[in-house]
Amino acid sequence: MDLRTARNQDKQHPYTRKESMRRNVRNKKGSTDSQEPGQATSVHTEEVDETCDGRFLGDSWVAGSCIDPSLGLNDDQKNIQSLAIDFARNELQPNMKKWDEEEFFPVEAMRKAASLGFGAVYCSEKFGGSGMSRLDTSIIFEALAQGCTSTTAYISIHNMCAWMIDEFGNEAQRGRWIPQLASMEKFASYCLTEPNNGSDAANLTLSAKRDGDHYILNGSKTFISGGGESDIYVLMCRTGEKGPKGISCIVIEKGTPGLDFGKKEKKVGWNSQPTRAVILEDCRVPVSHLIGQPGDGFKIAMKGLNGGRTNIASCSLGAAQACLEISRDYLKIRKQFNQPLENFQYLQFLLAEMATKVTASRLMVRQAAQALDEDWPEKVALCSMAKYFATEECFNVCNHAVQIHGGYGYLKDYPVQQHMRDCRVHQILEGTNEIMRLLVSRDILLEGQRKYS
Amino acid sequence: MSGLRILVGCKRVIDYAVKVRVRPDKLGVVTEGVKHSMNPFDEIAVEEAVRLKEKKLASEIIVASCGPQQNQETLRTALAMGADKAIHVLVEDKDYSNLQPIHVSKLLAKIAAEEKVDIVLLGKQAIDDDCNQTGQMLAAILDWPQGTFASKVVKKDGSLDVTREVDGGLETINIKLPAVITTDLRLNEPRYATLPNIMKAKKKPLTTKKPSDYGVEIKSSHQVLSVEDPPTREAGQKVESVDLLVAKLKEAGFMKS
Repeated sequence: MDLRTARNQDKQHPYTRKESMRRNVRNKKGSTDSQEPGQATSVHTEEVDETCDGRFLGDSWVAGSCIDPSLGLNDDQKNIQSLAIDFARNELQPNMKKWDEEEFFPVEAMRKAASLGFGAVYCSEKFGGSGMSRLDTSIIFEALAQGCTSTTAYISIHNMCAWMIDEFGNEAQRGRWIPQLASMEKFASYCLTEPNNGSDAANLTLSAKRDGDHYILNGSKTFISGGGESDIYVLMCRTGEKGPKGISCIVIEKGTPGLDFGKKEKKVGWNSQPTRAVILEDCRVPVSHLIGQPGDGFKIAMKGLNGGRTNIASCSLGAAQACLEISRDYLKIRKQFNQPLENFQYLQFLLAEMATKVTASRLMVRQAAQALDEDWPEKVALCSMAKYFATEECFNVCNHAVQIHGGYGYLKDYPVQQHMRDCRVHQILEGTNEIMRLLVSRDILLEGQRKYS
Repeated sequence: MSGLRILVGCKRVIDYAVKVRVRPDKLGVVTEGVKHSMNPFDEIAVEEAVRLKEKKLASEIIVASCGPQQNQETLRTALAMGADKAIHVLVEDKDYSNLQPIHVSKLLAKIAAEEKVDIVLLGKQAIDDDCNQTGQMLAAILDWPQGTFASKVVKKDGSLDVTREVDGGLETINIKLPAVITTDLRLNEPRYATLPNIMKAKKKPLTTKKPSDYGVEIKSSHQVLSVEDPPTREAGQKVESVDLLVAKLKEAGFMKS
């Protein structure tokens, strides 16, 4: 009996779980009908609790509405999406609050996700990847993020690292690491940012000096997602001259002497994944761990980030979609001035604006993903536009959702604040949104060949 | 007997999560723009078939569905879970509202004979009409033994031990092959289809047939007069004491005075 079967047997049967959830939905709707206007406040608290715990991802009304994330997708994409939604609904959403509160890194849940093919989504099938397109990937991460934005964001970073090894590594490296990463038997972290080099990544200083068959690494990386828990660190270091051309990409495995970690950071969101500094002191790494050629590091890092940007923007989409759906339900349940909130025009318009912004963001993200799939020369700028627009607008949507919920929205019992907290950082990482604007304007103002495409 | 051939019936139903609404004409429920998925009991049947194949007890799994074009999505899901090939009996929209368990069981009987299957696995009922008839009717038409409401199926030599969920508890029967099995909730927990299997499912054979190919005419023997919403539950009231509660119950005729 494999682990997965064993775990499954411990749990409640999904159909009974589905049944109880269905009951919740029914109760919720039933009790609303009979609610006396005068009793609004006391009765209300219980009902909304049910909205949160018994809520369905992609609830019945979503299909056939203008905010259905499956609009315009073909049958394959819809199948992939419904798999990811089912997984998010059954495995992520019921735990997202707990993982946030307990700052729990859900290794088992992620391995289960990997068993469905979510560990190396856009790696080639040769060494165990799922061979999906970037557009498929975006659809998957958007769906998963509805269940837990923070966990999905980590899975997306892991996927980006796996792709970098799969795309730029040699056969030996791919054969060694991709199977472990695809199954999430091992977890990966992306290490670019340094304490003194964030947006100015091309001037990073972590040094790697060649010594026979090894590089000796000294320096530190900061804000590393998965840091301390991950097994494989895909790290950019300086092997040569100043500037981007002196940077190389190297893989360091956990347990290598000289590899150490800082304290676990306390964060506003993204609490289901640890963030630590990665510290290297005379850390000897075999030359065979170098990905690509010496000096390729910056190019590899940036290419990885193009996909990372559509991925993280997709995570924001999922968070915003969830907030939009939850807000819609809340507007129907919550009564003030003797009528449900859905009757108030300000809130109707706000809901329409939120829906429009999520849809606009989704179109941009999916076009950027298509640009990567088809290798359009404008892909860097399009990914940057999508990342900046979607992460900002989707954060705003989550923030509006908190406002719609009033005092309840500020309580940790309700999921909207968590989506809002989890998505805030998407405007900062994978290249800040200011750097995104820089890349877009550079593309427009440029004469001659594009630099990082 | 090595390598059983298994036929699994897969019905496309309104998703369990959907709040079903009655159509304005009161002759059915709204299906347009509503999320559909595989009947959960049929999902359990597919899972059981796939497990039998993984244990090398089954050689081929054929899945069949009767209904409109969209039923192919349901069949693809079954193929992604591990079935080998699919048969779609295309029933036009105008006939679909007349399709009853008797028609489906006749169609499945023909398919079972044509495909020379040893076991037909079906959900005990579909979550839309809750008929709970197709398996029993099919067994009668084929004149095969039936093991309904199965919570455990064990393969013996030329027969099956089927544990059934009956009113009084569990009943285990031994039935000879070929046989019809209908699945209950606790038989297994269906797996997720994986990404690679979803992609592979596209390449698996899916044949489309018409009811007339099997000589079955879709003609309803009964007529729907009206479909109604269940009555809305009315608000209750709180009572101050047990005595008052008892008095109220007596008043409402729930207790003898």
